[in-house]
Amino acid sequence: MGNIQRFPHSAKAASTNPLKMSQPLGAALAFLGVDRCMPLFHGSQGCTAFGLVLLVRHFREAIPLQTTAMDQVSTILGGYENLEQAVRTIHERNAPALIGVATTGVTETKGEDMAGQYSLFRQRNPALSGLKLVFANTPDFSGGFEDGFSAAVTGIVEEVVQPSETTVKGQINVLAGCHLSPGDVEELRDIIESFGLSPIFLPDLSLSMSGRQPDDFTATSLGGVTVEQIAAMGASEATLVIGEHMRVAAAALELKTDVRSLFFDRLTGLEASDRLVRTLSELSGRPVPAKLRHQRETLVDGMLDGHFFYSRKRIAVALEPDLLYAVTSFLADMGAEVIAAVSPTQTAVLEKLKAATVMVGDHSDVETLARDADLIVSNSHGRQGAARIGVPLHRMGLPMFDRLGAGLKVQVGYRGTRELLFEIGNLFLSREMDHDSHGHAHGHAHGDGHEHGQHCGSGSCGCSAG
Amino acid sequence: MLQEKLQDVFNEPGCSTNQAKSEKERKKGCSKALKPGAAAGGCAYDGAMIALQPIADAAHLVHGPIACLGNSWDNRGTKSSGSQLYRTGFTTDMSELDIIHGGEKKLYKAIKEVVQQYDPPAVFVYQTCVPAMIGDDIEAVCKFAAKKLGKPVIPVMAPGFVGSKNLGNKLAGETLLDHVIGTVEPEVTTPTDICIVGEYNLAGELWLVKPLLDEIGIRILSCISGDGRYNEVAQAHRARLTMVVCSQALVNVGRKMQERWGIPYFEGSFYGVSDMSDTLRTMARMLVERGADKAIIDRTEGVIAREESRVWRRLEPYKPRFDGKRVLLFTGGVKSWSMVTALEGAGLTIVGTSTKKSTKEDKERIKKMKGEEFHQWDDLKPRDIYKMLRDSEADIMMSGGRSQFIALKAKVPWLDLNQERHTPYAGYDGIVNLCEEIDKTLSNPIWRQVRLAAPWDSKPDSKPDVKPVGA
Repeated sequence: MGNIQRFPHSAKAASTNPLKMSQPLGAALAFLGVDRCMPLFHGSQGCTAFGLVLLVRHFREAIPLQTTAMDQVSTILGGYENLEQAVRTIHERNAPALIGVATTGVTETKGEDMAGQYSLFRQRNPALSGLKLVFANTPDFSGGFEDGFSAAVTGIVEEVVQPSETTVKGQINVLAGCHLSPGDVEELRDIIESFGLSPIFLPDLSLSMSGRQPDDFTATSLGGVTVEQIAAMGASEATLVIGEHMRVAAAALELKTDVRSLFFDRLTGLEASDRLVRTLSELSGRPVPAKLRHQRETLVDGMLDGHFFYSRKRIAVALEPDLLYAVTSFLADMGAEVIAAVSPTQTAVLEKLKAATVMVGDHSDVETLARDADLIVSNSHGRQGAARIGVPLHRMGLPMFDRLGAGLKVQVGYRGTRELLFEIGNLFLSREMDHDSHGHAHGHAHGDGHEHGQHCGSGSCGCSAG
Repeated sequence: MLQEKLQDVFNEPGCSTNQAKSEKERKKGCSKALKPGAAAGGCAYDGAMIALQPIADAAHLVHGPIACLGNSWDNRGTKSSGSQLYRTGFTTDMSELDIIHGGEKKLYKAIKEVVQQYDPPAVFVYQTCVPAMIGDDIEAVCKFAAKKLGKPVIPVMAPGFVGSKNLGNKLAGETLLDHVIGTVEPEVTTPTDICIVGEYNLAGELWLVKPLLDEIGIRILSCISGDGRYNEVAQAHRARLTMVVCSQALVNVGRKMQERWGIPYFEGSFYGVSDMSDTLRTMARMLVERGADKAIIDRTEGVIAREESRVWRRLEPYKPRFDGKRVLLFTGGVKSWSMVTALEGAGLTIVGTSTKKSTKEDKERIKKMKGEEFHQWDDLKPRDIYKMLRDSEADIMMSGGRSQFIALKAKVPWLDLNQERHTPYAGYDGIVNLCEEIDKTLSNPIWRQVRLAAPWDSKPDSKPDVKPVGA
């Protein structure tokens, strides 16, 4: 692979076609994995509206998200009044089990003292002492989506989890990072339960964001891990920590409960899945179920069948850091060359990436780095650049507004790895079969090239705005 | 500066809602205080971006932290017949250090990069909350950059926290009046040049209207801002007539163009058969009043007669299929009025409409036509909409994307009327498109299936079976 080039910082002043999404949005997603929760952005209206639209377009679900509706005056004088009023209003109208407050650029620039506001709120509203309230600092101007997700999960752990003197046999905590889709969480639950273990996922997007048909209209999240389950996490035997960005939350959980953490940097790939399965077998003291053994066999078979099409393929990947790590590692496992790995933010996990170029950048950087690539792996925003340079795009991550079922994709465990392997492998395979009619691969608008000039605004694709 | 501008915009004499208020109320402006914890909708920056971004060949650079652009770019369906630059998201992505040291230098550098790399005819620079809070002088940076780089660099002063999306639309209009309109002279002018204001060419709607205007001999000198080009917008002051499409959003532009350059304006709509015809007639009449050749009136009447008979003929097959079908309209502004007439013409029954952004006049018009019994809601809670749909009070809901899941979760057909849709509904052809879309969704066999209870579920679903359309 030769020397790895690392440009941790882009020298550009203008971010062009950003890959980055803001911290509060990540926090909102984490809060949405808690049952009957209302995420609340402490900032001006637009902060909430934009975040809401993005999540709606991706999940094609109604997204509960509220705002403290800061205006000019409250921005200058301080936002406590707005915050208190917002929490009280939400409590009166929707009686959620948890209100998750995320700050924004507006409140962070002002320097709102959130710890102080929290105590003041508790002091002034003794009648609401039963209401679970989590405050997370998530400034728009630092970090990104993953950091916000991590801050919210850490906040939930600190506020809700209770230490326990007893241990419930077979109960396992899973701190599920934002690189896991609702489909991934569902798959993970299946795997863990097949060992007779009972997992508590924090957050649990598989129940709230996987497409539900409620009997009545609810303004809060519906499904997800309950506040009671979170409180009981102290009685678990172990905590599985999935993803580098869950480390802080894991430390908080361990500090509070003394439940030991087992860390998994990824769950995509044969060896990564093996490690999970072996761990679960050890934890439960049970042999690996026949279903998983079979899945492993089919993955091994799929790797043999598929490796022809992966070998030495040049791939550019642009995703949130932990997903970027999982995908680039998987591609490297399959014999592909990751020529560029682009992350929206700087994090420790970038040090571990196996890629010729590792860069903190945006979609325009991907466009530059991927000019002679065979494939780009990124979110739906990558489609414009991919079309311009005529490289096919495999969509992963968030937002994915121009595909159905984005939230339910599975890419963890033997089965998920196999699905990812076939999906990307098929892109290569179909291009090889098409070569006669298309001539040389580059310079031709293959795959997604037909999207040139087309605009997926959504709507029928599920986008809400307005 | 911004405060004065806000006062000025609030005190819009062209706004009929505003004129109906007392002097004191008017001073308060039209931005209602939002209720924390119960507010929804975008901010002023959002509104400004919506109004200006369809200017397709300009670069739109957002000065602020990542949230303002990172979460929002690439999400509107406005179309361009040429340049695609407007679809590129540019932002300064302000970091902690920019906030401590001030973001002006980074902004200048960003403008320079964009100009050097893309060479657009102009750069719009959007002010957002955070730089406004730390006191970045965007106007000064833009002025400096314009001089240095030899290009118009236009500050759009609409930070989110000053108010609503609608206010942002108006501030965008003010930006055009202050910095753009009147700065370029057209090479040729004709006595039938018009300017259209507040039409964003969503799903290519303008393109259903333009051929008719071409046929009549009316030239769109500039459209603000659908399928817009910077230089065309800058030439708007040479139009003979302005049509204001969305009066709530941009009437200030129409009125001030009249004030400054003596261009009369009228409010019109491209939605619905009668409104479309009225619009064409008004256009022709007003152009003739301003000296255009009288022949365009005859040509207009010819086009109207032909198109109307064609559209009614094409709508005929839908009438029996729509018989007895009830529509819940949930949209804002002038659309609620135009759509009511259009849909009733096709044989649908409208059970009610929201009037959130409608003017007092619009509401009166609806009341006059539909009677006092007809539901008009200023604000309807999602839970209430859900209940109405669940109780089968309507067969289809038409609204913006925000409320689509209320309908879909109630297992009731839904159609997007707002900016995210892919089908154009403007003009005569647009109405036929709309009816086709309604028919398509109403007659889809999924509605019967999705309402079936699971076979192991003994409790039957409360929803009665729906008869297929036309049965």
